[in-house]
Amino acid sequence: MEWIRQRLDKIKEPFAPGKKYEKYAPAVNAIDTFLFTPNHTTQKGSHIRDAVDLKRTMITVVLALVPVMIFGMWNAGYQYYSQLGEAFTFWEALGHGALKFIPMIVVSYAVGLGIEFAFAIFRGHEVNEGYLVTGLLIPMIMPIDLPLWMLALSVVFAVLVGKEAFGGTGMNILNPALTARAFAFFAYPTYMSGNQVWVSEASNVDAVSGETILGSLAAGENVSYGMMDMFYGIIPGSVSETSTLLILVGALLLILTKVGSWRIMLSAVIGAIAMGLIFNALPSLGIPGNELTNFPWYGHLIVGGLAFGIVFMATDPVSAAQTMKGKWIYGFLIGFLSVMIRVFNPAYPEGVMLGILLMNVFAPTIDHYVIQSNIKRRKKRIQSATTQVKTAV
Amino acid sequence: MSKDIRIKRGLSLKLEGEAEKELVKAPRSKTYAIKPPDFHALVPKMVIKEGAKVLAGDELFFSKYTDELRFTSPVSGTLKQIKRGEKRKIMEVIIEADPEDTYKDFGKMDAASSDAEAVKQRILESGCGAFINQRPYDIVADPKDTPKAIFISAVSTAPLAPDWGFILKEKQAAFQEGINALKKLTPGKVHLAVDASSAQYLKDIKGVELHNVKGPHPAGNVGVQIHKIDPINQGDRVWTVNPEDVTIIGNLFLTGNYIADKTVAVTGSEATNRKYFATKIGVEVADLINKVDEDVRIISGNVLTGFKVAYDQHISFFANEVTLIPEGNKYRAFGWLPFTYNNIHSNSRTSLSFLFPNRKFKPTTNLNGEERALVVTGEMEEVLPMDVYPMQLVKACMAGDIEKMENLGIYEVAPEDFALVEYVNTSKIEIQDVIRLGLDLMITEVG
Repeated sequence: MEWIRQRLDKIKEPFAPGKKYEKYAPAVNAIDTFLFTPNHTTQKGSHIRDAVDLKRTMITVVLALVPVMIFGMWNAGYQYYSQLGEAFTFWEALGHGALKFIPMIVVSYAVGLGIEFAFAIFRGHEVNEGYLVTGLLIPMIMPIDLPLWMLALSVVFAVLVGKEAFGGTGMNILNPALTARAFAFFAYPTYMSGNQVWVSEASNVDAVSGETILGSLAAGENVSYGMMDMFYGIIPGSVSETSTLLILVGALLLILTKVGSWRIMLSAVIGAIAMGLIFNALPSLGIPGNELTNFPWYGHLIVGGLAFGIVFMATDPVSAAQTMKGKWIYGFLIGFLSVMIRVFNPAYPEGVMLGILLMNVFAPTIDHYVIQSNIKRRKKRIQSATTQVKTAV
Repeated sequence: MSKDIRIKRGLSLKLEGEAEKELVKAPRSKTYAIKPPDFHALVPKMVIKEGAKVLAGDELFFSKYTDELRFTSPVSGTLKQIKRGEKRKIMEVIIEADPEDTYKDFGKMDAASSDAEAVKQRILESGCGAFINQRPYDIVADPKDTPKAIFISAVSTAPLAPDWGFILKEKQAAFQEGINALKKLTPGKVHLAVDASSAQYLKDIKGVELHNVKGPHPAGNVGVQIHKIDPINQGDRVWTVNPEDVTIIGNLFLTGNYIADKTVAVTGSEATNRKYFATKIGVEVADLINKVDEDVRIISGNVLTGFKVAYDQHISFFANEVTLIPEGNKYRAFGWLPFTYNNIHSNSRTSLSFLFPNRKFKPTTNLNGEERALVVTGEMEEVLPMDVYPMQLVKACMAGDIEKMENLGIYEVAPEDFALVEYVNTSKIEIQDVIRLGLDLMITEVG
């Protein structure tokens, strides 16, 4: 380690302040801080600091994503081979998925980090770690067969328009990963919906039918998967959205480390259940409803991207509500709206993406009203203080 | 009769290196110094020149914009040097001490039975006005104001903070007299905060509204107590005084002399003589601590709010403790990996340190990361037990939005209340500095 440190110090020499390549220092620093926590000491204010930093927080989210990611790769292979009816081993399935998925990760990180580095150098600040998570999330919420160039374009749009246009990390209104998905969804609808994209090679091999459960429901067809299949996640879908079980494992890590907000997760689940129950109650009110409205409320929690969205997307601290009360409202409405969009609009069988993006836009408004009540309380106190003085006089 | 204040949110850091409860007389320093930068926003104007003789209690300088506010010499001796910094700003006024102190005689006075204006004049002419701080803005109090109340916190919750009960034990009479004097300065109440572990004599002090404080740091911060007892509104003035400084004011009335006695606790993992030292304001650091190398940080004050000083310098005016901790100027390989380096405390759960709630930590001055944009939400609220939205207020200060700062409660906070917020902050932003700049903006714009 000592040797690497010395080499790094040597490499960094021409990037020091006042030297030839000073401008490019953020790029080198980003690589350095990835290997070593810097030797910076406190200069002003508190002399000691907490062990946590943004890199640690972001890596914790990446760790929480790893189980779903590996399962997603295996599931991609499993869906492919099982629909073809071929015999296969665990490693063959995983290998098939990995061959498809790893290039997607590479493209996402290369394009996204490239832009991040360029902006850091251009604006003269250090590279923020937010993209470590975003860059992994983007391929995870795309169909496995999405052409790489489309992925790259979505990343460019998400980082440039979704994030940097608003001032970079910490300033964005929309969740960048969902911005990428929304871009792909509306720009290339044929690659992002229908029954040809959710299983690997489905469009090339006739034998494969890659209908998602929500797609089937929206089309009024019967679903051939049991509830436990949906919970374990052995169903077609975006790469990592399918396994509710492993998403729960990730959620547990996020909640235990206090990195993800349990308030948002819990209230979103409550919201989704509430909307699901309302739809389930329609027949008893004399309205027959359809396949989607009659889909049991607990089913809504385990199919599609709802669980993944609630755990990894809704909890993005930058685009979520920032106040405690605001988080409860924000989460509840995400769950509520996601199920509502799912049921009411069969053209968008997956409502979570739109539900979260919609609430991203409303999060500052929610916060505004929460904070306004604090401000009112303060103003009221001044009023009562002045009236006290008046009555005393 | 006492009232209870229960604080729930906060964080009591347990660190290695508490001071033993043993009072030792520190050797008399060769020089003592008053540092004008210790009084925020003060513009000092010298009244004597280098080489002049002074008694303990003789005026050294006064405030240019509030000329009643005088600053006097803690010891008798010769004015050795006026140290200046950039733009000839006065950084230190150094006095070469006589072997024995001779005091300027202000005359004895019974505070309780005296006229309020006379008490105020006595406090100001002796230089004791310097001990009185004002909220909002956390600056030296303007004598022209009338505060709605005076607050004294005898609760220490800060990491390694000295025990007020121990420091004040021998100074009970002076403390009571100081309270009597302060009572004359306000038409309102004098509030004294104690906690369950406080000595009985503190609870028996007369003429105060007693408050029983319970909870983690920053429960001992006077700002948090004001917030719970009688929050500051726009236009209000509230004064605060440190408990030991109350005894200096008390002694002034009892003896007629300005006796600038300070008890300084030496704490921290790198200190070897961890004891309480009886000494004077502005003492030389070298007379209190063991000789240390450059890899030790000497803090005049506690680890959260103190000032960095060098071995050959003097301690700050308000400091009741000197803390020695190791410098953290070392690289750590893969320090960002969660659940590694669990010997470093974290309020988040990305370090396993939370599994050992009773373990004492040995922190360094390493930043444990680099400055980033504000991303993580909810962490600041956990350690700020006030009805204030910290992140929103910090952002308003950064933007310099006066109306927003006012609405969000800038008058109720001081930088020290945000010390823990700064400690836990994931993005390593210097939040105390941000709040200070925000308050400075309010001073110039609103006043």
